[in-house]
Amino acid sequence: MKKMTMTQKILAKHAGLDYVEPGQLIMASLDMVLGNDITTPVAVKEFRKIGLTKVFDKEKIAIVPDHFCPNKDIKSAEQVKFIREFAKEMEITNFFEVGQMGIEHALLPELGLVTAGDVVIGADSHTCTYGALGAFSTGVGSTDMASGMASGKAWFKVPEAIKFELKGKFNKNVSGKDLILHIIGMIGVDGALYKSMEFTGEGVRNLNIDDRFTIANMAIEAGAKNGIFPVDEITLDYIREHSKKPYDIFEADKEAVYSEEHVIDLSTIKMTVSFPHLPDNTRTIDEVGTVTIDQSVIGSCTNGRIEDMRIAANILKGHKIHKDVRCIIFPATQKIWKQAMNEGLFDIFIDAGAAVSTPTCGPCLGGHMGILAKGERSVSTTNRNFVGRMGHPESEVYLCSPAVAAASAILGRIASPDELEEI
Amino acid sequence: MKASGKVIKYGHNVDTDVIIPARYLNTSDPKELASHCMEDIDADFSKKVNQGDIMVALNNFGCGSSREHAPIAIKESGISCVIANTFARIFYRNAINIGLPILECRQAAEEINEGDYVTVDFLTGDIFNETQNKKYVAKPFPPFMQEIIENNGLIGYIKKTLK
Ligand code: SF4
Repeated sequence: MKKMTMTQKILAKHAGLDYVEPGQLIMASLDMVLGNDITTPVAVKEFRKIGLTKVFDKEKIAIVPDHFCPNKDIKSAEQVKFIREFAKEMEITNFFEVGQMGIEHALLPELGLVTAGDVVIGADSHTCTYGALGAFSTGVGSTDMASGMASGKAWFKVPEAIKFELKGKFNKNVSGKDLILHIIGMIGVDGALYKSMEFTGEGVRNLNIDDRFTIANMAIEAGAKNGIFPVDEITLDYIREHSKKPYDIFEADKEAVYSEEHVIDLSTIKMTVSFPHLPDNTRTIDEVGTVTIDQSVIGSCTNGRIEDMRIAANILKGHKIHKDVRCIIFPATQKIWKQAMNEGLFDIFIDAGAAVSTPTCGPCLGGHMGILAKGERSVSTTNRNFVGRMGHPESEVYLCSPAVAAASAILGRIASPDELEEI
Repeated sequence: MKASGKVIKYGHNVDTDVIIPARYLNTSDPKELASHCMEDIDADFSKKVNQGDIMVALNNFGCGSSREHAPIAIKESGISCVIANTFARIFYRNAINIGLPILECRQAAEEINEGDYVTVDFLTGDIFNETQNKKYVAKPFPPFMQEIIENNGLIGYIKKTLK
C-alpha cells in the first residue's frame, strides 16, 4: 500500500477510497458546509437554480452572519434577512444571530461543530482554520457552498503537501502568529499554492490550541489549500471540552511523500511584522525601524481568541494607549467576550483607553468599526494587508501578533513589548 | 468555444480585494459589482473595458478571499477570458464553477502586452497573439472540469448528477 499524508488519508476516507494520490480528482462527502453574510446570499441564489426544496442535512450546514454584522447599513441588513429566511425555510439548525454569533472560524470549533477527521468546506477562505483540530477544511466559493448544501459533496483535487517539522519552543512574547508570518515570508504568498501545509514534529506540543488555530488560519495566505496539525492530547482536551461529535484521528504515514520539507526551530523565530501590501512582505521586529501608527486592531478569526486577549491585556496592563492611536479590540465570539470580561481583561483594556467591540469581522475586511482614512496606518492582528483592505486604497495595514499590536498601541509606533520592559 | 479581444494586463498577486473591494460586498448584483471591478488599482477599468476583452496577469491571480463576487465582477464587466501564470486556488475553482474561462500559461502571460489583440480557444488551450504573431498552448482542462463546463457550471453538473 502506498503511503499517504494526513490530508490524503482524510480525503481518501471521505471519498470511500483506500488510497488517493496527489492530482487525483475526487468527490468527497462533507461533514460541514459553512457560509457567511457575504457569500451565502450568492449561494442561496445558486441553490434555488438546482430546484431542490431541502438541503442535504439541516444539521450539517452553518450560516454565520459576521462580516457586516451587527448590520452596518440597509443593504447588509437585507442580505442577512435574505439568508435568515432561507435558513428558516430549510430548517437549518446552525444559523447564528447577533448575540449568539461570533466570527465563524472561532465560533464553529467553540461550538463543537467541527472536529478531528472531518471534511469541511466553507464559503470563506479562512475555513482552513480547523486544520488546527486535525480536520481537512478549506475555503471554497458560493457555488461550491450551494452544491454542497444540495448534495453533501464537493469535488477536490488531492493536494501535494509541504511538511513543516517544528522543534523547540518559542521565546518570550513570540507566538503562533510570528511563526506563520515567518513561514509566509519564507515561502511567499503563493509558496504553497494548491498544496497542503502539514505541521509535525515535537515542537507541535509546545503550541497551545489557539496558536495552532492562528497558524492553520493563515495557510491560505501562502496560497495553500489547507493547513493541518496532528491530533495530540492538547487537541483532544479541546475537542472533549467543546464537542460531542464523534472524531476520527488520522496520522500521516512515516514514509509519506512531501513536495518540500522544512525544519523550523521555534526558538529561532522572532516577532514578525508584514508590511504593506502583501503578507509575505515580512520583517522581524528589529528590522522594522520607526513606523508611526494611527490605529491598532486586536481581534479577528486569526487572533481574537481568549489567549490573544490575555496576551494583549498582559501588555496593556498599567499603560495608556498613545494619544495619537485608536486601539480597537474584538473578542471573536460571545463566549470569549464573556470569558475576557470575567477574567477582568476589559477593565485593563478600558483603563488603558482601548475600545472593546462586540464580535464582528468589522475592520478586518474594511467593513465597519475602524475604517482607515487616506494615508492612515494600522497595525492589526488580522491576516491580510492588501491595498484597501481596511479602508482607503491609500491606507496601510501592518500585520502582527497581539503582543506587538498592544505594545505598538502604547508606543504609537510599531514596537516590541520588550521595549516596554526596558522603560 | 473561442474568444478574441484586446488585452488588459496586470502584474503579480492581483488579490480579490482589488478585484472587488469589500466595501461593495453588501450587494451581490453583478452589474453593481462590475462597476467597481479593479477600481483600487485601475480606476478607469470599468470605463475602458470592452465586451470580449481578455485579462492577462502574472503569478497567483485572485489570491485572498473566497468571494465569488470577484470572478462574477470580471465576467460581468465583459472580460471573456483570464490568462495568468498561476491562479490562486479558490479563484480557480470559482471561475470554473461560474463559467468564467481561465487559462494558465506562463509564457503567454509573460509575453503578451497591454493592448495586444489575442484569440483564445478554451477547449484546446490554444492562445494566439495576433499583434505579435505568436502562438502558445495552455494546459487544457482535465475531463472532469470539461464536464462541469459542458453542463454550464457546477450547478448544472450537480443538477444532472442529483437526478
Ligand atoms: S475576521 Fe477577517 S479574515 Fe476572518 S472571517 Fe472575518 S473578514 Fe475574514
